[in-house]
Amino acid sequence: MATTVVPPHAAFFGAKKEIGARSSFSPSISAHRCRKHFLNKVLAVMAPAQPSRAPATTGSVKHGMTMTEKILAKSSDKSKLEPGENIWVNIDVLMTHDVCGPGTIGIFKKEFGKNAKVWDREKIVIIPDHYIFTSDERANRNVDIIRDFALEQNIKYFYDIKDLSNFKVNPDYKGVCHVALAQEGHCRPGEVLLGTDSHTCNAGAFGQFATGIGNTDAGFVMGTGKLLLKVPPTMRFVLDGEMPHYLLAKDLILQIIGEITVAGATYKSMEFVGSTVESLNMEERMTLCNMVVEAGGKNGVVPPDETTFKYLEGKTSVNYEPVYSDESAKFISEYRFDVSKLEPVVAKPHSPDNRALARECKDVKIDRVYIGSCTGGKTEDFMAAAKVFLASGKKVKVPTFLVPATQKVWIDLYSLPVPGSGGKTCSQIFEEAGCDTPASPSCGACLGGPRDTYARMNEPMVCVSTTNRNFPGRMGHKEGQIYLASPYTAAASALTGYVTDPREFLP
Amino acid sequence: MATTLSSIQAPVSTICAFSQRPHCPTGTQSLLFVSKPSNYVIFAKTSYSFKPSKIRPITALRATPSSSPPTTFHGQCYVLGDNIDTDQIIPAEHLTLVPSKPDEYKKLGSFAFSGLPTSLYPIPFIQPGTDSTQYPIIIAGANFGCGSSREHAPVALGAAGVRAVVAESYARIFFRNSVATGEVYPIELEHEGVNKQCTTGDIVTVDLDRNVFINHTKGKEFVLKPIGDAGPVIDAGGIFAYARKTGMISSMV
Repeated sequence: MATTVVPPHAAFFGAKKEIGARSSFSPSISAHRCRKHFLNKVLAVMAPAQPSRAPATTGSVKHGMTMTEKILAKSSDKSKLEPGENIWVNIDVLMTHDVCGPGTIGIFKKEFGKNAKVWDREKIVIIPDHYIFTSDERANRNVDIIRDFALEQNIKYFYDIKDLSNFKVNPDYKGVCHVALAQEGHCRPGEVLLGTDSHTCNAGAFGQFATGIGNTDAGFVMGTGKLLLKVPPTMRFVLDGEMPHYLLAKDLILQIIGEITVAGATYKSMEFVGSTVESLNMEERMTLCNMVVEAGGKNGVVPPDETTFKYLEGKTSVNYEPVYSDESAKFISEYRFDVSKLEPVVAKPHSPDNRALARECKDVKIDRVYIGSCTGGKTEDFMAAAKVFLASGKKVKVPTFLVPATQKVWIDLYSLPVPGSGGKTCSQIFEEAGCDTPASPSCGACLGGPRDTYARMNEPMVCVSTTNRNFPGRMGHKEGQIYLASPYTAAASALTGYVTDPREFLP
Repeated sequence: MATTLSSIQAPVSTICAFSQRPHCPTGTQSLLFVSKPSNYVIFAKTSYSFKPSKIRPITALRATPSSSPPTTFHGQCYVLGDNIDTDQIIPAEHLTLVPSKPDEYKKLGSFAFSGLPTSLYPIPFIQPGTDSTQYPIIIAGANFGCGSSREHAPVALGAAGVRAVVAESYARIFFRNSVATGEVYPIELEHEGVNKQCTTGDIVTVDLDRNVFINHTKGKEFVLKPIGDAGPVIDAGGIFAYARKTGMISSMV
């Protein structure tokens, strides 16, 4: 008799043996026998049996697969697949946060029952990060909802916060979900990670398939550990050449989005390769993959290497298996960049693809600068900003808001020495430059949020920001104007009060 | 008539064919034409309309085959440009509303498109003082729904009374969420520039049988693209129903 409380994987293989050549699975008699003992527990989830194919007779796929295709093939137990196929994929990690968690939980309970259990309590990561430091009652309630669920389901990874007045007294609290996922070792090469947030593609930096989904899909994954996904074709971006000292990964991705537009990668995977990419550290690679969604991309990937493996040392004890694109893999398009020839860029209001050279915007007077978010609030981002302030030695001319992505980043700001500063920390340099004190780690004003969110744009003004989107109203006010930029450019702009190319300050 | 959850035993209720049909709004705000009424159960929209009214009574342990989907939509249209992102569809400050809670679902609807710049869109999508729209059909340009993965976006539109979006193209997460929730039908136009030939308030019909979009006010007809891969999922009634139908989720015990 088939047991009903088994991990989906085991059940899948078990079912496959039983089913043989049958084209669809039907609830077996064993399900009826188990009914009395297993009320309200989801039965093992099994994919419909696939008809077997002998390569010789069907004309097997003659070319190799891209990284994305390989990861999805592995995770759907197929030896080969093609872009365009709709497949059931086994999910390794599901992430949700305080904004979408409650809705996801509502759907999960509605579809699987009030007493249903999640498919795997160790594969769901719940990270409150969006609307945390606010007096908005519903926002606070939403954190309570995900806490209740985490306790009820005995979720292993729930990064709780209870005392909103002082983030430091909450030992479990991390902050921005995508940075926390990386820092806590939940991103691993070869795996499939889904999150209820569009910037989940951030994790592709680790050579995994990572993409954003909505509440309904997430509710489905919560109960089954699987999702129906369409295999995307891959666009290849070859970035070669030595990275100029005034450029950051943010400039590279803004360059690319400006090139292909906000719909240029819709339904596609973006693969980043080349000597420049290899020279980037993990946080810079994350910045690159983070904004894949701004080009409409489904996911982004960077081939894992020593940099990846070193970063993961000590962060995860789960075994992982990196995959790489085959030599003979087919890409839908290829773009080549000589990075040594690129210049700092910004995305002007109101679209991430409204690219312009930073130096061509030097007459744009600004009202504030915001450095934060999953895209531009990591340790490396703040280090970069600090370098510019250090090089200038002057004070900022406009309010400059600093929002570290996570507790770890915040600690780094106050403890790590900035190279070339004679031992000063980022926080000291920021203070000397007259920036605002680094705020409590969260998504902050990147997406506006409740009215009392720190650094929210409540009046129309011009802001240079290291965040990811600048559509109308993104940071709060509908008439606000947001220039997306790298941390170098943001810091340089803060020093002049105008959009400024960082070469004005960097030696 | 739909059976409410409470009248179905708990284990069985979770294997109901979960109909993801866009539901019919009450009142005179819009009309939903259905060309195959014999197979289609029309759900009255109440303040609790979100999930319970969509559950269809089940007669077997297996998911029942779903009724055929609606094939036409008719009413006034609201016209938009390119790249309407999720922040314009539902500004982030309203994301504290949880879509699976019926009263908050309704509130979300009242904020639909409140992020549109008034300089570009002077006609309000929702009349001040009301909480739903008189425009059941949206006409848009390219890349509709770009930006966030927030499901609040299609949910807000559906809650406001939108039945279908007819756009040049979609951002993928918004499209996927529309299909998964069943809140709005995401329909694609065959050609570009249709939104430039329409004006907010035009009376239109979307005919999915003939794959045409008719603007009665302007006297023009436009070709629609067939629904494609999403078809089986929409027809089944959303991702959950599709999964049950194809045997991906076996029945609850």
